[in-house]
Amino acid sequence: MYESSRLHPALRQALCAVGARAAVPARMRPLGVAAIDRALGGGIATGRVHEIFAREAGDEASAMGFAVMLALRLAGHAGADGPSLLWLREEAAQRRAPLHGPGLVDLGLDPARLVLAVLPDAKALLRAGVDALRCAALGAVILELGGNPALLDLTASRRLALAAEDPGVTPLLLRLRGARPEPSAAQTRWQVASAPCAPFAADAPGHPMLGLALLRQRGGPAGFDWIVEWDRDAGSFRPATLPGARLPLSGGGSRPYADGADEAGDTGWRIAV
Amino acid sequence: MPMGRTRPGTPAGASPSDAASRAGAPLVFIEKQRGAFRLHALDADALALGLTPGMALADAQARVPGLVALPHDPAGEAACMERLADLADRYTPMVALDPPDGLILDIAGCTHLFGGEAALAGDAVRLMRRQGLRVRHACAGSPEAALALARYGDGGAGADRRPDARDRTTRQGDAAIRGQSSGPATCSYEHEPVAALGSNLRGRAASPCPGQASPRAQEAPAGRSRPRDRAGEAAAIRALPLLALRVAPDIRHALRRAGFATLGDLADLPAAPLAARFGAALVDRRDRLLGRTDSRITPRRTPPPIHVERRFAEPIAHVGTVMAVLGDLLASACAMLAERDEGGRRFAARLYRSDGATRDLAIETGQPVRDPAIMLRLFDERIESLSDPLDPGFGFDIVRLAVPVVEALGVAQTALDGARDPSRDLAALLDRLAVRAGPGRLRHLAPRDTHWPERATRLAPVASRTLPAWHAPMAGEPPLRPLSLLDPPERVEVIAQVPDGPPRQFRWRRQLYRIVRQEGPERIAPEWWRRADGHAGDPGLTRDYYRVEDEGGRRFWLFRHGLYARETDAPDWYVHGLFA
Repeated sequence: MYESSRLHPALRQALCAVGARAAVPARMRPLGVAAIDRALGGGIATGRVHEIFAREAGDEASAMGFAVMLALRLAGHAGADGPSLLWLREEAAQRRAPLHGPGLVDLGLDPARLVLAVLPDAKALLRAGVDALRCAALGAVILELGGNPALLDLTASRRLALAAEDPGVTPLLLRLRGARPEPSAAQTRWQVASAPCAPFAADAPGHPMLGLALLRQRGGPAGFDWIVEWDRDAGSFRPATLPGARLPLSGGGSRPYADGADEAGDTGWRIAV
Repeated sequence: MPMGRTRPGTPAGASPSDAASRAGAPLVFIEKQRGAFRLHALDADALALGLTPGMALADAQARVPGLVALPHDPAGEAACMERLADLADRYTPMVALDPPDGLILDIAGCTHLFGGEAALAGDAVRLMRRQGLRVRHACAGSPEAALALARYGDGGAGADRRPDARDRTTRQGDAAIRGQSSGPATCSYEHEPVAALGSNLRGRAASPCPGQASPRAQEAPAGRSRPRDRAGEAAAIRALPLLALRVAPDIRHALRRAGFATLGDLADLPAAPLAARFGAALVDRRDRLLGRTDSRITPRRTPPPIHVERRFAEPIAHVGTVMAVLGDLLASACAMLAERDEGGRRFAARLYRSDGATRDLAIETGQPVRDPAIMLRLFDERIESLSDPLDPGFGFDIVRLAVPVVEALGVAQTALDGARDPSRDLAALLDRLAVRAGPGRLRHLAPRDTHWPERATRLAPVASRTLPAWHAPMAGEPPLRPLSLLDPPERVEVIAQVPDGPPRQFRWRRQLYRIVRQEGPERIAPEWWRRADGHAGDPGLTRDYYRVEDEGGRRFWLFRHGLYARETDAPDWYVHGLFA
């Protein structure tokens, strides 16, 4: 191995200039929770790989939900007219747990914007993913992979990262079914768990509440835990209300965070009565 | 001849393995008729030994002990004819089949490409003979005349044709079998393919209607005089036997009894008395044969709106070169599309190998396109995704590109800043993924108008233009439907305080979940109109759905299958969906 410290400083500088690609600056899309956005340096970066893991097998639906929510934050909450999303799934995943259209609608994603590609194996999926990332018309690409396929090594994730950088399409690597974190070129790595929601009256389950753990962030702090709630109507996350809070009955016309919620939400916990 | 026409365990005990040992033995094809195996088709050796079609296999084997009998395979024969028709595609796009053993080619306007009718016919005969076939051919001004000349022309039965009582004489092209060392040598054709080529160049060049002529190649074509001009052709047609009329046997018999022997005897008779006595069909057939009514063939494939091709003096054995040629063809096809303000939705390339095999490559796009680069890339994807690679063998000698499906496509206005239309990019991406992954892989989720959860989502093809819109959720509502739906629902053990009450805890996939919050029931009854016996019959069990959340915050969609005490005494519970 060549000792780089012995190189002439000028030569080293020149070599560094050759190696370094002019990285396209990522645009940050705020998630809507001040603490997270601060930790991420402004929000979730477009054109970068983000990995999403489920904490346990029972949290996979929450991880899928988080991927949808992130994709909505990245692609904009513009109804049917927004940029399309592509969800690449393996056949096994689609057979096990087919996506349910009304459920996507309930999270705020109009399925008309979503193209679902069911591919035979991880290889076809990654290949389609790299191709899709070059298409600037897409808002985000969700690559759902089960387990730890040998194909998805550092090289593959680097390839995804490079493909995504230029057109600014964001790949969301949704790693389910027993996937373990491995070295990758991801900008952020999330671990998602379900969290008890803020119930409506009569103990009815409320809006989706997720426990997020930022396991890793390239060039930034990591190791945070947050509990966030997804506000479908605003298309944004908001900080969780305190456990034990009671919200009015759904459908009664009163919206818990009808206005000014986001500004107030930044300051800390809220209790809605 | 790449056609498996033999089956293992044939009645005669013939199997492909002993094909070599029986070379030289007379070969017959048998068919079960009225409970007995009878000869259906024979080769020349068998005919020479005095065997005839229709004879019982037992009799034939008694007379010729070494007889090789194979079962008659009509489906294989039809497939073979289809393949031959594909081969004949190289002469004209208008090819029709005349079952069981005829091909009709409308060569109107095509002959000059091959240096005339005779050259075209000669080329076709050579091609067919290279397939190991014995063919007869004829050219005439109408398809019926060409067919009749090919089948019965030149004095009807030649040296090797014996007129049969049946309309369709059965015969055996033995040249097809023997001497074929490549491919299963056991296969053969019972029937001589009849190739009929059509041409309106002769005598009626002014009329654009396709007249037909038919080539029919024979083992000794040199000895066969072909009608070279119109007078000769008319004379040949007039000399045809009554068999050529293809009328019912009783009518033919009646004609013979009335003293008619050839078509010429009938040619000048007035139509009305003839029709009154022998039926209008006879007059119609006669007029068609004589070219007095205009008749057309119905080609197997309608000629595509656009097709371009490239022929090579020498076969090309390099796939890269073929792709380059395909690129040229795409460019010229796209130029033609641009002139018509159209774009192609489907592009089909056909590669003709010099040994007669053809290879089809087809791609489809979601939007009409006419950009050669995009198309070429899709073809590359197609070739890459082939399960068996493109084998050039001895090389391809024709590459043909057809655009069978075209749609209107105006000239796209480019933006001033040079930005590309993102929807086009997306369509191109989806086309590429679809070509590579195969059909049915890319889907949209479309709603169905039903309450039944399993049926609520439909996977619609991504090319669907208009999909119904999804209902918008009410503001402030939490998600009422799960993100993913288990299919089928998974049974769980539930503990509820009362049998028709909400669940308290359940065990799913060996794990216990204590429910702390729940909402329900939401009662969903099965749709009686989907049942075969309708409203009257058992409507099935009603489901009571609960949205529940356990201590850890996991949200499930559970249902109780059946109403307690009304539909069932021990309702089962299922988990049907998972919420985010």
